[in-house]
Amino acid sequence: MRDVAIISFAQSVSARESERNEVEFLMPVVREAIAASGIERSEIGFTCSGSSDFLQGQPFAFVMALDAVGAWPPIRESHVEQDGAWALYEAWVKIQTGEVESALVYGFGKGASGDLGEILALSLDPYCVTPLWPHADSIAALQARAWIEAGRGTERSLAEITSRSRRAARSNPHAIVSGDETPDELLARPYVASPLRAHDCAANGDGASAVVLAAGDLARSVCSRPAWIRGIDHRVDPASLGVRDLTRAPSAELAGLRAGVGRDRIDVAELYAPYAHQEAILRQALGLPETTNVNPSGGALCGHVMMSCGLQRIGEVARRILSGTADRGVGHATHGPALQQNLVCVLEGE
Amino acid sequence: MADPVKSIVTPIRLEYDYTPGRATSRFLRGIARHCILGQECPKCHKVYVPPRGSCPACAVPTEREVEVRDTGTVVTFSIIRVPSENIHFELPYAAISVLLDGAGIPFFHVVQDIPLDQVRMGLRVRARWVATEALAPTIASIECFVPSGEPDAPWESFREHS
Ligand SMILES: [Zn+2]
Repeated sequence: MRDVAIISFAQSVSARESERNEVEFLMPVVREAIAASGIERSEIGFTCSGSSDFLQGQPFAFVMALDAVGAWPPIRESHVEQDGAWALYEAWVKIQTGEVESALVYGFGKGASGDLGEILALSLDPYCVTPLWPHADSIAALQARAWIEAGRGTERSLAEITSRSRRAARSNPHAIVSGDETPDELLARPYVASPLRAHDCAANGDGASAVVLAAGDLARSVCSRPAWIRGIDHRVDPASLGVRDLTRAPSAELAGLRAGVGRDRIDVAELYAPYAHQEAILRQALGLPETTNVNPSGGALCGHVMMSCGLQRIGEVARRILSGTADRGVGHATHGPALQQNLVCVLEGE
Repeated sequence: MADPVKSIVTPIRLEYDYTPGRATSRFLRGIARHCILGQECPKCHKVYVPPRGSCPACAVPTEREVEVRDTGTVVTFSIIRVPSENIHFELPYAAISVLLDGAGIPFFHVVQDIPLDQVRMGLRVRARWVATEALAPTIASIECFVPSGEPDAPWESFREHS
C-alpha cells in the first residue's frame, strides 16, 4: 500500500444558495483547496467528484460542474453518483495504482432546491416502496423507534446528542444551525415524525467541499503535517429495510474493522449522522469510547449538504490533524436509507 | 397461474427552485432589455455567451461583462425533421450554431426566412426579436435568426468553432 494523505481541505455551506449556481459556489472552494495544497492545478494528476443530478433536477449536471475545475488541457477525471467521500475512495485507489501522485476530490449539492426528503425516496425500491413516497424523515423515524424499543436509548438520549451537537456547532462558522438548549428544552418541542423532533433531523443546506490528496514524498514535500489515510473501507447493507436489523449498522461495523478504527485510540470522530439516533448507532458500530470527541463540528445535524457532508466529515478530521490539534481520528460517511451504506476513513498525523 | 404483471405505473413529480446563477441571471435580464451580455475571461479573454460565471479552460471566475452584437455567423447547422412537443417551429427547420459578433463561443438557435438548401456554414445572420412589449428574461425573446444579407464570412473567421 502507498502512503496517501489529505494535504488540504475547504468547504462552503449555507442554508440556501439563492443566487449562485453550483459552479459559482463550487469554484471558490476548489480554488481554496488547491491553493492550500501547495500543488499547482496543472500538476494534480486526477480529479474525482461526488454529486447527484437528482438534486439539481438536470441531466449531466456533474459535467457542467467541471467548469469550476478547469478541464483544459484535458484532465483525467471521474465522477460518482455518491457523496464526495466515495469520490475520495476512488481517488485513493487511483493513487494506489501508481498512475498518479495527487488528486483533487470534491462533493457538492443543493439540498435546498427541492424537497430533499422526497427526492431521496427515488433511491428506494422503485416497485414497492418509492410509489408510497416515504419521506426520509419517516424512514429515519422507523429506525429511531426500533432503536428505542430495543432498549438502546431513549428520547432523552436523542435530546442529549442534539443538545451537545448544537452547542458544539456554535464555534463552527460553517454550521447552518446551532443553539444552547438543554435536553429538557429540546424535549418540550413538537415531533416531526415521532420519536424525532425537527432538531433531531439534519439541517439541510447548499454547499460544497474539496480536498487534495497526495502520495508519500509529494505530501511530505508540500505539507508539514499531512493527514495520512491509515485505513479506508466502505460496505453496504441490503437496500430493503425489512431484511435488516435497523437498530444496528453492520456495514459500518465491518468498514470500521477493516479500516482499523480499533487499532489505536481515536482522538476525534466526525460521524455523518443526519438523525440524532444514528450517531449513537454509529458510535457503537465503530466501538468509539467515551474519550473520543464526537462531532466537534456539530455534525450533519447542524449543517447537512447532501453529497458533500461525508467528505466534509473526513475533511473536518483532516483539518484537526493538519493543524496539530488531533493525532488520530476517524471520518465517516453514509448514504442510502437508514445508514445503508457506510464508509470509514482513519486518519493519522506523524 | 394468474397473468404475470407486465408493467406498473408509478408517477414521479418533483418540484425544484432553479437558480440560474449570478452570471446567467445578468444575461437573462439583459435579454429582457434587448441586449446580449457575455462575460470575458480575465486570463484567455474568451467571451462566453451565455456566461456561466467561469472560464472552464482557465478555471477562473469571469466577471467583466461584455455586450455582444445580435448579428453573427452560422458555424454549423442541422435540418431538423423530428417533431418535439416543446418546439413550435414548423418541420423541417434549420437549427444553427451561431457565433455572435464579439462572442468567443457559439450558441444554439434557429434560422428562418431562407430555403433549407441554402443554409450554410459562413452564412451571416441577425437576431429577430419579439416585439418590445413582449421582451422577457428568456432566450425565447429572440424569436429566431434570419439572413442579414451580408456576404458570407470566410472560413478562417470561424474555423475554431466549426
Ligand atoms: Zn480563460
